[in-house]
Amino acid sequence: MAQRYVMAIDQGTTSTRCILFDQSARLVSVAQREHRQYHPRPGWVEQDAVEIWRNVDRIMPHALRDAGVSADQVVALGITNQRETAVVWDRHTGVPVGRAIVWEDIRTEDLVGELGARPGSDAVRDRCGLPLATYFSAPKLRWLLDNTPGLRDRAERGDVLFGTMDTWLIWNLTGGVSGGLHVTDVTNASRTMLMNITTQQWDDELLSFFDIPARLLPEIRPSTEIHGRTSRVVPGITIAAALGDQHAALFGQTCFAKGETKCTYGTGSFLLMNTGEQLVKSEHGLLTTIGYQIGGEPATYALEGSIAVTGSLVQWFRDKLGLIQSAPEIETLARTVTDNGGCYIVPAFSGLFAPHWHSEARGIIVGLTSYISKGHLARAVLEATAWQTREVVDAMTAELGVASTALKVDGGMTADHLLMQTIADVLDVPVLRPMVAETVSLGAAYAAGLAVGYWPDLEGLRRNWHLAARWTPQWNAADREDEYANWKRAVELTFGWAKPRRSR
Amino acid sequence: MVSVGTVPGPIQSIERAAAMLRLLARGSGEYGLAEVAASLGLPKGTAHGILRTLQRVAFVEQDEETGRYRLGAALLHLGTSYLDANELRSRSLNWADALAARSGQEVRIGVHHDGAVLVVHHVFRPDDTMQTLGIGAMLPLHATAFGKVLLAYDADLSAATRRRELTSLTRRTIVTPQSLERVLTQVRAAGWANDAEEYLPGEASIAAPIRAPGGLVVGAIGISGSVDRICDSASRAKPALVSQVASAAEAISRALSD
Repeated sequence: MAQRYVMAIDQGTTSTRCILFDQSARLVSVAQREHRQYHPRPGWVEQDAVEIWRNVDRIMPHALRDAGVSADQVVALGITNQRETAVVWDRHTGVPVGRAIVWEDIRTEDLVGELGARPGSDAVRDRCGLPLATYFSAPKLRWLLDNTPGLRDRAERGDVLFGTMDTWLIWNLTGGVSGGLHVTDVTNASRTMLMNITTQQWDDELLSFFDIPARLLPEIRPSTEIHGRTSRVVPGITIAAALGDQHAALFGQTCFAKGETKCTYGTGSFLLMNTGEQLVKSEHGLLTTIGYQIGGEPATYALEGSIAVTGSLVQWFRDKLGLIQSAPEIETLARTVTDNGGCYIVPAFSGLFAPHWHSEARGIIVGLTSYISKGHLARAVLEATAWQTREVVDAMTAELGVASTALKVDGGMTADHLLMQTIADVLDVPVLRPMVAETVSLGAAYAAGLAVGYWPDLEGLRRNWHLAARWTPQWNAADREDEYANWKRAVELTFGWAKPRRSR
Repeated sequence: MVSVGTVPGPIQSIERAAAMLRLLARGSGEYGLAEVAASLGLPKGTAHGILRTLQRVAFVEQDEETGRYRLGAALLHLGTSYLDANELRSRSLNWADALAARSGQEVRIGVHHDGAVLVVHHVFRPDDTMQTLGIGAMLPLHATAFGKVLLAYDADLSAATRRRELTSLTRRTIVTPQSLERVLTQVRAAGWANDAEEYLPGEASIAAPIRAPGGLVVGAIGISGSVDRICDSASRAKPALVSQVASAAEAISRALSD
């Protein structure tokens, strides 16, 4: 019998990947396409959902071709995606009503300020587990309804559909205008601010607070479940799982037990801890979210420390400053010097997320003297990711009362050797990378493979986890504490910068 | 060896590409497609194909806003390192992991640096034993599979290495220029290299070349482990492992051309 594989589609913030895995969780082929980021105004970040769908249309056949695998050898497809990014489209034509508003976009800052001042706003966090912030889908969706002429009427009539990228892709893959399924998974729904974190259903009070018609919303499903079969691109593949990228990474790192933690380094970085069936409300700036839900079982909760800008700071350094040609060259440039020269960059491009949640913060470069070279700036870029990790790790420690003894990492930025070493140095614990850095895709594959019995159980998946690299701390304690104090001072300087726009 | 037969004439598209580079080096240094085509008397389609190819090898850049073409930054750095070592690691990550998982051995990627092999990437042997990350380590060129691959495809480096004293590290290290030359010829013919207890007693490696688009060798990827796991009883590299290493090298080379 021919070899069988599981396919994962990872629809990320900057690119979409299609990866085939074999039964030993080894990567067999990968096809990838980047999509364009639109920045029409300061703080606005948009993407074209149609471009993303076209990319999927190309990479699925490409990944199969590269591996010499036919569609009937693919036992299941798992979809994972950038979270919160909101798209609304016409159910009759399949055409989006405008560009998707990306999770990093902060155009809703004033709206979020107004909502926060309204009665009932205190209850929002209790109901959905999230603080009111521009980051999540509900304010973005509300903005689209308020600012797209005629959209509210079309929404009330049921002519348009809302989704995050999982929903958009599944609707298209299962037929689009000809019977496409309008579904989302519970992890993605947990990022909208519209789902009740306890009941895991759309919440009437939240819908009324944000003034969003229920008819727009997809059906909430478990993360692993047979959603249906593809009828387009590569027809006949079973869609057996969908989950947000960070939740997929938690799954891919096999953090199945309470207390197990991972941090994924991509456009942003996200530390998630499995809290089992227990819903933990954070006192220290972390989010309550759904880790994953296996079909037919209760959901597993997680605590999350979200960092908005890490890899995207390197991209900014490349694309907007032009100081490097490719992202990995940040390490080469940083190694031209031995320290940061007293320079710190706090990339509060989308305000600051966990543990601060200061949406009015804006980025700064501080400590400039004529001594500072581009090498020092490159160091400061990498250190910004390390210190932001330290802040969310400290928040997690404060929440639990015990410090972790190591950090499991994954994602594209783990290829940066200097960054991983710096993270070990600032955390003062070893940093561990598993054999598959593409843990987001692997997690989606695991979830899908589990749903169709390709892998029997969670324990079997655990045995696939192997250590690929370990970085051990090298800094001395005094240097670490001095640097951390400097970083904290730099962070404080970012607060309170953006002022509400004067009303016209 | 010089091939006997017809000597090919000049290749028209290379001549045209050279003319384009000369054109772009003139005046304002920025030309639209129509201007390039008109200046060289070429159909737009032909000019576009050549410009796209030059863009692919970074000899030409296209302005994102205006769509106009200019000389690429790569032309200024023709003599310096072609592919950044950190970029090589980043682009190799998935395939190095897959090779370690498949072979059950530790994986390293090496590039030439200062008369030695510089290890730019390292993946642990997937048995969860305590291992130390070896990125930044230097290996001898003449005594390792990685070094032999780098020497085999770099005539200058190979000549310089053979002129130096070949240090004996074990009783099996290659120490004469003649035998090194012979082995490098075999490496070129086979497309991979190995070492069996030539660097460290009890240790063996297999390595294959990573090629940038156009064929230039920019590094070597390989596996290392105890000699009984890497080699058969006659100290020959196990064919199954050789083919895994070669596939990984090819996959990375393909990824570099994407």
